[in-house]
Amino acid sequence: MQFWGYKRKEGRAGIRNHVLILPTCACGSESCRIVASQVRGAVNIVFNTGCSDVAANTEMSQKVLTGFACNPNVYGVVIIGLGCETVPHAKLREKIQKMTSKPVVSFGIQEEGGTLKTIEKAVRAAREMAAAAGMQQKELCDISELLLGIECGGSDATSGIASNPAVGELSDLLVDMGASTIMSESIEWIGGEHILAKRAATPEIHNQIIKICQDYEEHLKAAGQDCRAGQPTPGNKAGGLSTLDEKSLGCIRKGGTRPIVEVLQQAERPTKKGAIVMDTAGYDISSVTSMVAGGCNAVIFTTGRGTCTGNAIVPVLKVTANKHTYQWMEDNMDVDLSAAVDGTKTFRELGKEMLKDIEEICNGRLTKAEAYGFSDIAVDHVCRFV
Amino acid sequence: MKVNALLMDEKDNVATCVEEVQAGQEITYSREGKLCTIIAGETIPYCHKIALERIEAGQMAVKYGEQIGKASEAIEQGRWVSHHNIFSIPRDYESEYIR
Repeated sequence: MQFWGYKRKEGRAGIRNHVLILPTCACGSESCRIVASQVRGAVNIVFNTGCSDVAANTEMSQKVLTGFACNPNVYGVVIIGLGCETVPHAKLREKIQKMTSKPVVSFGIQEEGGTLKTIEKAVRAAREMAAAAGMQQKELCDISELLLGIECGGSDATSGIASNPAVGELSDLLVDMGASTIMSESIEWIGGEHILAKRAATPEIHNQIIKICQDYEEHLKAAGQDCRAGQPTPGNKAGGLSTLDEKSLGCIRKGGTRPIVEVLQQAERPTKKGAIVMDTAGYDISSVTSMVAGGCNAVIFTTGRGTCTGNAIVPVLKVTANKHTYQWMEDNMDVDLSAAVDGTKTFRELGKEMLKDIEEICNGRLTKAEAYGFSDIAVDHVCRFV
Repeated sequence: MKVNALLMDEKDNVATCVEEVQAGQEITYSREGKLCTIIAGETIPYCHKIALERIEAGQMAVKYGEQIGKASEAIEQGRWVSHHNIFSIPRDYESEYIR
């Protein structure tokens, strides 16, 4: 399978060709929003952190900012900083320039003499970049260039028995063709970590998976929190999930069944191809943020109750096996998987159908969240989202 | 015939009912592309599990081809499998590492 994508000098191809307007910290976010609104082809990030922070949080912010800039869906980057933040614009630009040869320019609001002067310069730079991006022709790329993030949120009883297994089939199909997928939300592996670890390609990866869960649990214990207490919740039990093993299995099934070839830290870029897992929070917005920073081209998102979240850099595709949700929230739902619940289609058949959706999205079809221009982000921190 | 329960894996000894079923009602699910039926022994709520065969006390309930919990009592074919009659086996991380 092939798709029409944007070849990059370094690494995998993009499926979009965005000019990214990127703040160094929260103080640059509003200027970035205004610049992106002035230039067709530009997208902006709203960053809620990036200053007055401890070293571990600064490191995470930098991983996310540089990861966004290096995402293959990004053609070039216009950075706006304030001037007194922990990592100012010129330093961030230099970091990004060491990682990629794509065009990167940067401005500081204090240096330029305020918001309007900065916006004027940044709009001109973004306009030129967008004009150049428009000249780049799409080229045929092998599907092995694709990195798909797999996420779930707003789950219900249909998620574990229908949409997640169907997406697991999609993941297996992609991996068999040489593409890569990332499953994240490590806190939701807990209780089923011994089962996920069975998919590890090596004993080292097996132990990494167990360690991630043990560390997560101990991290929460240190804050006086018990992530197993009351699990599965009374609501889960009423919904048919009898044990934590069963709940975790329903979640991890969306990552498919192929050997896990690499375990990533949050926002880390893969070095291998195939089925990959990333240690992130279960909080869907944060998990998607980390996978996009890790270089995902697109995210497939299973839901039961319905969700609207989107990302500025990658298309987010919503799939649900709850027929009512698909119909009731059709303006947010992209794919109806309720045939799995009806028993009229197998998970494999639905996986094959979604492969077609993924191919179309790679070729430029907008997902609903993408068409609305949604741009959610949540950067994890040392205290961790759960 | 309409399917009203899902088998997640061929190895499973439970199926998940995708509609509430009453005692005496027929349950239809697909195994390797063939439709199979059993009779519900009691009311089973939406998205809850039914035993496809007798599960002895101490035997594991299997869903997704994996063990999801141990039966605390014998569960007859057609009965409701839930948190009332299966439980997680306590594990500790240390035993899960490959040394």
